[in-house]
Amino acid sequence: MNVTTAAPDAPKSSEMIETDAIVIGAGPCGLFAVFELGLLDMKAHVVDILDRPGGQCTELYPEKPIYDVPALPTVTGQELTDRLMEQIKPFGPQFHFNERIDTLSRQADGRFRLTTDGGSEFLAKVVVIAAGGGSFTPKRPPLAGIETYEGKSVFYSVRKIESMRGKDVVIVGGGDSALDWTLNLAHVAKSLTLVHRRDEFRAAPHSVEKMRALVEEASVRLMIGQVTELEGANGELSAVLIKTANGSERVPCNAMLPFFGLTMKLGPVADWGLNLHENLIKVDTERFETSEKGIFAIGDINWYPGKLKLILSGFHEAALMAQAAHRIVYPDKKLMFQYTTSSSSLQKKLGVK
Amino acid sequence: MTKITFIQPDGESQTVEAENGLTVMEAAKLNDVPGIEAECGGACACATCHVYVDESWREKTGKPSEMEEDMLDFAFDVREESRLSCQIKISDALDGLVVRVPAKQF
Repeated sequence: MNVTTAAPDAPKSSEMIETDAIVIGAGPCGLFAVFELGLLDMKAHVVDILDRPGGQCTELYPEKPIYDVPALPTVTGQELTDRLMEQIKPFGPQFHFNERIDTLSRQADGRFRLTTDGGSEFLAKVVVIAAGGGSFTPKRPPLAGIETYEGKSVFYSVRKIESMRGKDVVIVGGGDSALDWTLNLAHVAKSLTLVHRRDEFRAAPHSVEKMRALVEEASVRLMIGQVTELEGANGELSAVLIKTANGSERVPCNAMLPFFGLTMKLGPVADWGLNLHENLIKVDTERFETSEKGIFAIGDINWYPGKLKLILSGFHEAALMAQAAHRIVYPDKKLMFQYTTSSSSLQKKLGVK
Repeated sequence: MTKITFIQPDGESQTVEAENGLTVMEAAKLNDVPGIEAECGGACACATCHVYVDESWREKTGKPSEMEEDMLDFAFDVREESRLSCQIKISDALDGLVVRVPAKQF
């Protein structure tokens, strides 16, 4: 969808959420954007595809110390996230987790209408894209032709257990997702083969124990190896080739569930008609606004000459973005620069006075 | 400076010089070696700097840690000689190290 096409005002439904700002991404920059917007009286809703705040900080390295956040000589990804959540509390942001913004269009009144894959709809005066490396999506194993099977016989998540009844299922992976689905589907599927590259599992020990018991009673077949080839036609798998220490084996199968973790993809943002630079969103360095007025991009997802992908740079970007957003949300209000140390009005907003 | 050779799937090889203390992934990135993506920047949180260590060097580079093994689960075509290059620290002992870049990182 291209944001330059003015769409007629969408009919207002009770589910349509109206707000000043939509922040896409609940990583450190998205969270700090809530703070900067809040100081300038702009309310924000935050949407993130993950199930909790923190973005890469909590998804990729919750325990790793970060050493270059000003005034925090060492802080873990999790702690930084927790502190930011504490800092933005006074502004009461509303979070929409497990959802991804799929479409964005500008309405005749200049506001933006956004919809998520979960069916939520928003009307916002400004949009702040703080999507980091993009949205986390399941990793697609690099098997030739796999995309033609996706959604038909290759699934990265299972919505209904019943959909697997009577099928020859192959599950690939050694983490909790792979093991949980092995346990859930063992007595539903016609046959179930769990494929993992080694005879050690990252999954919770009790799940591994249960899986081993199922292997013992022959409800599950465990193969130590790797899937190397898919066979089938018209999106329907008929078999997979599995390479083990003893050579290759062809295993009949009509559903495969690969669990190789998550990766980051730019995703639907790429289709919003914004000027991009090598898969990053081009912004100016005065407002951090994209090629579309009212749509801002901050943090790792943006690009400008000299850009550094640092959390501290994203914080600065959030502050300047908020100044520019204020002009759009309150076109008639004059913005007075104030310090949190001395401004009683800012302190009131922060709930310290 | 320590010499490290990266061999591409097509046989093309590139020898780079790197400072001790850096990781093999960093040496690859600094010298624009193709096929080492290092999406997470060296946090051992992805598996996109996967390499195969040449047989003659496996003893010196050692075995992957438990955390690295867990991450290798996310790599493709993992073999006995698989390592994540961000977890191999360069030292004099590794002068002349040879690693192969896999056909795909994912």
